[in-house]
Amino acid sequence: MTMVEEPATTAPAREVGQSRKRKEDARLITGKTTWTDNMVLPGMLHLAVVRSPVAHAKIANVDVSAAQQAPGVIAVFTGRDFAEEQGSIPCAWPVTPDMVNPGHPSIAVEEVNHVGEAVAVIAARSKAAAMDAVELVDVDYDQLPVVLDMEAAVAEEADLCHDHVESNESFAFVFDAGEAGTGVDTEQVFADAEVVVSRRFVQQRLIPAFMEPRAVVVQPQGDNYTMWSSTQVPHILRLMLAMVTGTPEHKLRVIAPDVGGGFGGKLQVTPEEVISLLVAKRLGKPVKWAETRSESLMSAHHGRDQIQYIDIAADREGNVKGLRCRILSDMGAYLRLVSPGIPILGAFMYVGIYKFPAYRFECRGVFTNKTPTDAYRGAGRPEATFAIERIMDELAVELDMDPLELRRKNWIGAEEFPFTTAAGLEYDSGDYEGATQQALQLLGYDELREEQRRRRESNDPVQLGIGFSTFTEMCGLAPSRVLGSLSYGAGGWEHASIRMLPTGKVEVVTGSSAHGQGHETAWSQLVADELGVPFEDVEVLHGDTSISPRGLDTYGSRSLVVGGAAVVNAAAKVVAKARKVAAHLLEASEDDLEFANGSFAVRGTPGATKSIQEIALATFAAHDFPEGVEPSIDADATFDPVNFSFPHGTHVCAMEVDTETGRVEIRKYACVDDVGTIVNPLIVEGQVHGGLAQGIAQALYEEAVYDADGNLTTGTFVDYLVPSAADLPHFETGHTVHPAPGNPIGAKGIGEAGCIASTPAVVNAALDAVRHLGVSDIRMPLTPERVWRAIHQGGDGGDRATAGTNAYGGAQTETTAGVATDASALGGDR
Amino acid sequence: MIPAPFAYVRPTTIDEALQAVADGGEDVKIMAGGQSLIPVMRLRLAAPETVVDLGRVTELRGVRDDGDAIVIGAMTTHHDVLVDPLVAQHAPLIAEATETVADRQVRARGTFGGALAHADPAGDLPAVALALDAEFVVAGPGGARRTVPAADFFVDYLTTALGEGELLVEVRIPKLAGQWGMHYEKFTRVAQAWPIVAVAAVVRRENGAIAEARIGLTNMGPTPLRASAAEAALAGAAATPDGIAAAARSAAEGTSPSSDLNAQADYRQHLAQVLTRRAVTAAAGL
Ligand SMILES: Cc1cc2nc3c(=O)[nH]c(=O)nc-3n(C[C@H](O)[C@H](O)[C@H](O)COP(=O)(O)OP(=O)(O)OC[C@H]3O[C@@H](n4cnc5c(N)ncnc54)[C@H](O)[C@@H]3O)c2cc1C
Repeated sequence: MTMVEEPATTAPAREVGQSRKRKEDARLITGKTTWTDNMVLPGMLHLAVVRSPVAHAKIANVDVSAAQQAPGVIAVFTGRDFAEEQGSIPCAWPVTPDMVNPGHPSIAVEEVNHVGEAVAVIAARSKAAAMDAVELVDVDYDQLPVVLDMEAAVAEEADLCHDHVESNESFAFVFDAGEAGTGVDTEQVFADAEVVVSRRFVQQRLIPAFMEPRAVVVQPQGDNYTMWSSTQVPHILRLMLAMVTGTPEHKLRVIAPDVGGGFGGKLQVTPEEVISLLVAKRLGKPVKWAETRSESLMSAHHGRDQIQYIDIAADREGNVKGLRCRILSDMGAYLRLVSPGIPILGAFMYVGIYKFPAYRFECRGVFTNKTPTDAYRGAGRPEATFAIERIMDELAVELDMDPLELRRKNWIGAEEFPFTTAAGLEYDSGDYEGATQQALQLLGYDELREEQRRRRESNDPVQLGIGFSTFTEMCGLAPSRVLGSLSYGAGGWEHASIRMLPTGKVEVVTGSSAHGQGHETAWSQLVADELGVPFEDVEVLHGDTSISPRGLDTYGSRSLVVGGAAVVNAAAKVVAKARKVAAHLLEASEDDLEFANGSFAVRGTPGATKSIQEIALATFAAHDFPEGVEPSIDADATFDPVNFSFPHGTHVCAMEVDTETGRVEIRKYACVDDVGTIVNPLIVEGQVHGGLAQGIAQALYEEAVYDADGNLTTGTFVDYLVPSAADLPHFETGHTVHPAPGNPIGAKGIGEAGCIASTPAVVNAALDAVRHLGVSDIRMPLTPERVWRAIHQGGDGGDRATAGTNAYGGAQTETTAGVATDASALGGDR
Repeated sequence: MIPAPFAYVRPTTIDEALQAVADGGEDVKIMAGGQSLIPVMRLRLAAPETVVDLGRVTELRGVRDDGDAIVIGAMTTHHDVLVDPLVAQHAPLIAEATETVADRQVRARGTFGGALAHADPAGDLPAVALALDAEFVVAGPGGARRTVPAADFFVDYLTTALGEGELLVEVRIPKLAGQWGMHYEKFTRVAQAWPIVAVAAVVRRENGAIAEARIGLTNMGPTPLRASAAEAALAGAAATPDGIAAAARSAAEGTSPSSDLNAQADYRQHLAQVLTRRAVTAAAGL
């Protein structure tokens, strides 16, 4: 080994761009942290929720007497007990002025509208005692017709999901580019079109399935309440709890301790959070509620669940002319925090990366007697991306064109940025051709096409297909003005503050609320560069409304792009304040100071320097401070983006399909993502992998299935199939970098890209493998059975049987209250 | 979730276990590895009054050579089966199937006997036991022993010939004489899962033909089944792809699979044919 000293003049490497291992991982992975369910408070009671085993019924009677007398039980409450104070779970996004919101009590009072809805809550001395008492609550239900199918729900004379509203439609939202002035008249374009292709796509219902089930602890102290919750949105939760329950906002503190994942599933104000607060208030005792996995799958909000009717118009040469999307979006039984807004977030993404002259989007929100839907990783954008990337392939088939050629002909050229689309969004930067070229190379495209040809010729039982997704998404939610124009109930800014401690260490307070993303690491890297302090000297504080008083939390790939930008701006303010102090201490003019690597130096005067740490200490002492300057160099900043950022990329999937069994297997997967400036490549790679896993899971594995009675039969992980690493291929990943012009970091957001882009690439690949056998669509997830049926019987593979696959699949709902009917999964098909 | 309250007994001998079962009240459950029992108790699909844990009954563990058979103790874990030399030598099919059961953690606790006594139609081992003509040694109240052939052991969905107060002691796997090949073909959607359909094939070749085939089907009805029609068609068939494919077409005869999230009955019947062809082809060494 040679020992060569680094020359002392080399500047320290920039932190941004380094694959720093995540600071938070050791404690997260080894369990050396306090998850909400680990909390124990003196005198704490445990809650268990009694849930409806029927999908739609009037509550005739709730008899809690037996439960009340059970050992260890302190109290039992029903919806009636809280009817006055529980209000309604808030919906912060009325997407149309006349949107119908039936109201969402946290505990059902008169009526239950989905299996799993809370009907009573037990407070007991132990968790076991609370759970034992659940079975003792006797509820009489007068069953009502169950509404499950969206197309039936919006047909004439449909049964009603809520009988106090007039129809099953919550809202009808329209965006028309012609009317908005961002495109020409869509109807005219379709009337004149040489080619029109129409398809119906089904976005199946998905379950976010975060790793840590939800948990809540509430501690009353006088008239103050502290809530710990496994939530993505402590700040929003505090505000909404105050509004819903009438608890003054300043008397509520919400803490999101370390949180084990969310994927949008914890972007919510949940009935259980409201119930826990109400019980704690009523009893004046600390309470804890922690859900089981089955409870989580059944009652935490679900995602996706849309039917998309997509029409595309083009000329014979393959120039796209117009896009028309009509969407039915399943709200489930109630509107939760942003349920109606989810499909609307997609409204502006259906045109994808293509130059459509005309575009029209219509979406109807539909009520059904199922668990409410809301945000799930990608939220509206995966649905949009799927529709456009699938219909482009269908158009290519219709025109007998190569699917990539068709895309190339219509996508926005690298020289055309910034580009305003027919949906009215201004795309910031990118190069779709560059990303595509790199992705083809990573895949080994030409060889695989050759192998596909050979397999076809030899009539191999295992066929090969290649599918593309050339996608973009809108990230960095969101410019407050835009949210206002869409009637969203809050802004889209983010806040940060930086505290310089006397020893030179740095505390960064962020309004983003990490739940696995690695903010502590990335924010430390940003601050280390801006202030010139060591990475290790930065501590990031978050997720507690008392410590981080202002924030809008983490979702929509917004944290780095918006929250990180606030951190950088706050750091710039610290440097500006420190400059005044440095000038005073160095007896120089501010203009003569240079700040680099954490030190102010006087230009032309070697040796005259003050480090930021020295200035922090001098500020603490404040013995020798400039006249009229307050002794603090701490600073805060609020960043409100002027535009979204637009990551993009090309994903290519090669898929093998066993035509004898219908089993599909990803042979190779390559993707090149442009997420702007990369702060930490390791974190980005992790987000890409996780996103791909979830997007592929939608294509191949996951689906929440209800039986004819409205029981969720994918009620455990035996039947709600989340893939593991063993089921996923090696991912070939790459990047192009076009910095986002809209924030000081240049980052575009990576939290959802993999999930948004991959699903259509996978389905397109499977179809490409079997299209010559007459298959033009297969419904997601592509179960072996569906693929086999599509190949051998035509159609899209059809519905699955609804019964759970083994003794404990799909049976929970029948055990909680002992209700089973002939049509339910176990009484029926088994 | 938390199971309903129950009494718990942990005997150390077979006799003590039988006594504990006899004393356990109306609703007593024997627990082996607990990998199937505990989930149903946690979901409160089962709420036994007493649980008799066989974990400390050492005489139920291990594999031994008994002349014309190997004998696997009911409490031998999946892991111990996997690494056992006697199993590898005489019944590699069991090891092959066991390797596909769940994950390492489950295999470290779950047992051979528990998997058979549980009689889940989607369980991997019942069809294997059936194809190997295993014999089940059962002890009853007072210690009386009886032996039940595999064909009579699996009675219905989650139901075996084990009567009240009885426990499964061990399973005898007859040694095979001659040129036998074996293969377990399991069809799943993800890596670690119960099979949608699986086929256990045990094949004896003689002079380029298939002399004898025993085929066990998993998840093709409420109990594991033998594909008798296919077995008959294979006896004496040419050991060629065409010969095997023709015989495999009758693999689903007499089956009555369920329809569930994984597959509807007609698709399961189709799979049984494809998988039988593949299993027999592999077992025949083609
Ligand atoms: C995550 C997971 C995945 C799994 N995947 C698979 C899979 O892919 N394939 C597969 O085949 N299995 C699978 N299993 C089941 C596993 O094989 C179990 O180990 C097995 O089914 C039961 O064995 P056990 O020893 O745990 O029995 P237990 O759960 O203890 O008992 C099961 C039943 O058998 C009875 N019983 C047990 N021993 C005796 C005895 N000696 N006498 C009388 N009755 C007895 C019990 O009373 C109970 O009713 C999986 C289990 C889990 C948890």
